[in-house]
Amino acid sequence: MYKYLLATRYLRTRFIALASIISVMLGVATMIVVNSVMAGFSVEMKDRLHGVLADVIISTASMNGVADADRWMDMIENIGGDQIEGMTTSVEVYGMMTFKYANEPITRPVTLVGIEPRGKASVGPLKEYLGSYQDGLRDSNSVPNWELTDEAQEYRENWVVRGSWEETVEPSWPEFDETSESSTSIEETDSQTPNFAEGTSPAVTPPGEEIVNPFLNQESEPETETDPAAPLKGRVYIGHGLISYQMTDPKTGTMVDRLMVRPGDDIQLSTVNTALPPGPVSLGVTVIDILKTGMSEYDSNLVYCNLDYLQDVRGMVHPGTNVRDFTTIQIKLKDYSQAGELVKKLKAAFPPDMFIVQTWEDKQGPLLAAVEMESAILNVLLFLIIAVAGFGILAIFFMIVVEKTRDIGIMKALGASASGIMSIFLSYGLALGIVGSGVGVAIGLLFVGYINEIETGLSWVTGRPVFNEDIYYFSEIPTMVSPWMVFWVALGAITIAVLASILPARRAARLHPVQSLRYE
Amino acid sequence: MPTPQISAVSIQKSYRKGELRVPVLKGVNAAANKGEFLSIIGQSGSGKSTLLHLMGLLDSPDVGEVRLDGQRVDNLPSKTRDELRNRVFGFIFQFYHLLPELTLQENVLTPLMIRHPLWTYWPRRKHYREMALDIIDQVGLSHRLKHRPSELSGGEMQRAAIARALIAQPEILLADEPTGNLDSETGGEIMDLLHRLNEEQQLTIIMVTHDESVAASAHRTIRLAQGQMEQVEKVA
Repeated sequence: MYKYLLATRYLRTRFIALASIISVMLGVATMIVVNSVMAGFSVEMKDRLHGVLADVIISTASMNGVADADRWMDMIENIGGDQIEGMTTSVEVYGMMTFKYANEPITRPVTLVGIEPRGKASVGPLKEYLGSYQDGLRDSNSVPNWELTDEAQEYRENWVVRGSWEETVEPSWPEFDETSESSTSIEETDSQTPNFAEGTSPAVTPPGEEIVNPFLNQESEPETETDPAAPLKGRVYIGHGLISYQMTDPKTGTMVDRLMVRPGDDIQLSTVNTALPPGPVSLGVTVIDILKTGMSEYDSNLVYCNLDYLQDVRGMVHPGTNVRDFTTIQIKLKDYSQAGELVKKLKAAFPPDMFIVQTWEDKQGPLLAAVEMESAILNVLLFLIIAVAGFGILAIFFMIVVEKTRDIGIMKALGASASGIMSIFLSYGLALGIVGSGVGVAIGLLFVGYINEIETGLSWVTGRPVFNEDIYYFSEIPTMVSPWMVFWVALGAITIAVLASILPARRAARLHPVQSLRYE
Repeated sequence: MPTPQISAVSIQKSYRKGELRVPVLKGVNAAANKGEFLSIIGQSGSGKSTLLHLMGLLDSPDVGEVRLDGQRVDNLPSKTRDELRNRVFGFIFQFYHLLPELTLQENVLTPLMIRHPLWTYWPRRKHYREMALDIIDQVGLSHRLKHRPSELSGGEMQRAAIARALIAQPEILLADEPTGNLDSETGGEIMDLLHRLNEEQQLTIIMVTHDESVAASAHRTIRLAQGQMEQVEKVA
């Protein structure tokens, strides 16, 4: 009984020991805050990675793709059965993008993905990432398509009327082999390619066909029935990071995004066709929408293009049969936990020399592993803070044992056993650990709960944003508190406090009663 | 001759000081019968406190035996000796040795708290508190229950220490210079209290002192000099 009385009494009267648990408290609070924020970031990041990638991705080994998507999709249907919720094919290829801004051509490398919006929307979020939906310019119930919004159309018309289009990209015609499949297919399918201003290159006008400049000849050649304000046949959703830059607003002093290209503008894309050896293809496209996934890797890299058009210009349509090639099949599952199993089955069924079958996590494996590794290392480092606090407790306890030597002698004289004396100090350590981690948990959870208010306060004090939402694309700092994490952190801290009190407690227990009584 | 309640037989004890062994007791015999008030007198360094500590099982002799009712107890396992200290002996020290964090009442209750684990103490705590109140009343400190030792005078602290020694209902009270730190008037009050306890409760008291006048009030006095018994004086 006396052990608990003394342990609680020491807790109330020895303020130096309370000082030692401040470090335990801070360690616990920091671990909770860091883990919650990292978990929040991680979940949010996984959501976004997953959103762009679909559950299971089957990609062809060759960038030229494989023919007959229907046959392969039937095969997936047979293997996956009712596990499959949606499927879509796409073509993924590297390319270059060129547009003019402030009279300067700007060229950037991109990943060009040919998609069919309805199909893409069936395997993951799409409209959630499109600027027009985010800004409420389209009906949120509508399916994404390749049409301009009214605003973008109006912008395009004004732009055409103003005649501000001063496209000057030099023609860069590939040396098409007149007999090659690709050039033939383009010739067959691309007869409506819109034309560009004089000296410019409309994307894929087949060689030999007369280049007509609709802007110069608008009035003189109305018989062409080409509406110059109509978007081009090639249409894209373009990654936000590719066509924007940040600058400080001189009026407000805040960072703002400036778009260099807006929906309704035309840009130039170049990629390769499927000929052997691959030749360059250049295509003029109209920007339909801006893609904002929130992942800068995607936003500064991805350009979604209409699938049919990309297949046409790359020569991925077999003449005669009209069978189209694809490079990826994206699959959405009803239950993602089955993905591993399905991937195993698909790997067995799809020839490994032609296809790579992966879950989205396999595909982003190194990134996810890096995040986990980061989190683990941070935890180790932060736990060391608590371990350091443990040494503080150890030192202070030794001091208290020395200070209490005579009291220990008294208690032994009154019949206290060595184990009883030891448990006074162990209970004391336990009490310190419980108080320290309890207060730490409370502070940590409060911090996490009000992290955005705290961030605002800190930004106000320091005069610069602590958390720049433009960098992370989060309007708020994402957090996720896992009860188990809180439990383990608190338990770890309590254990360290108890472990740190073992040595001083043993010393106290071994004190000789007579020598202790005589201690001055 | 009846078996003494407590006896120390041929006790030898020395302390190490670095390489040196300093003999403190060189074959001392001492015994007290039930209800006897025995005083041990000697100069500083004569070994009288060491003898008291050995008899109270706070230390073990190098040679010799300590017997309780004829049974050897100094070689018992430490757990048993702890228990004997708690149940059989009551200790009073020159410097009172109260625990500074506890109130007077809690200090008095300490031996009972040491004896009982939480689960047996807690249900009977009211009973124990009443016991403590009774004893504190006997030593005349009922008005000081909630005071800390630092708020008590020397005499009050020693009376509190006596109350603490009594609550465990010991058979033998071991007092190490109980008046050594008090003025003669307060010392006299403490001695009166000890005599009253000895007479009323037939409590065996062994008291160590260097004060002849204090020692003279005991039934019997053992005089120690340089670790050896000099003489035993019988008081009528």
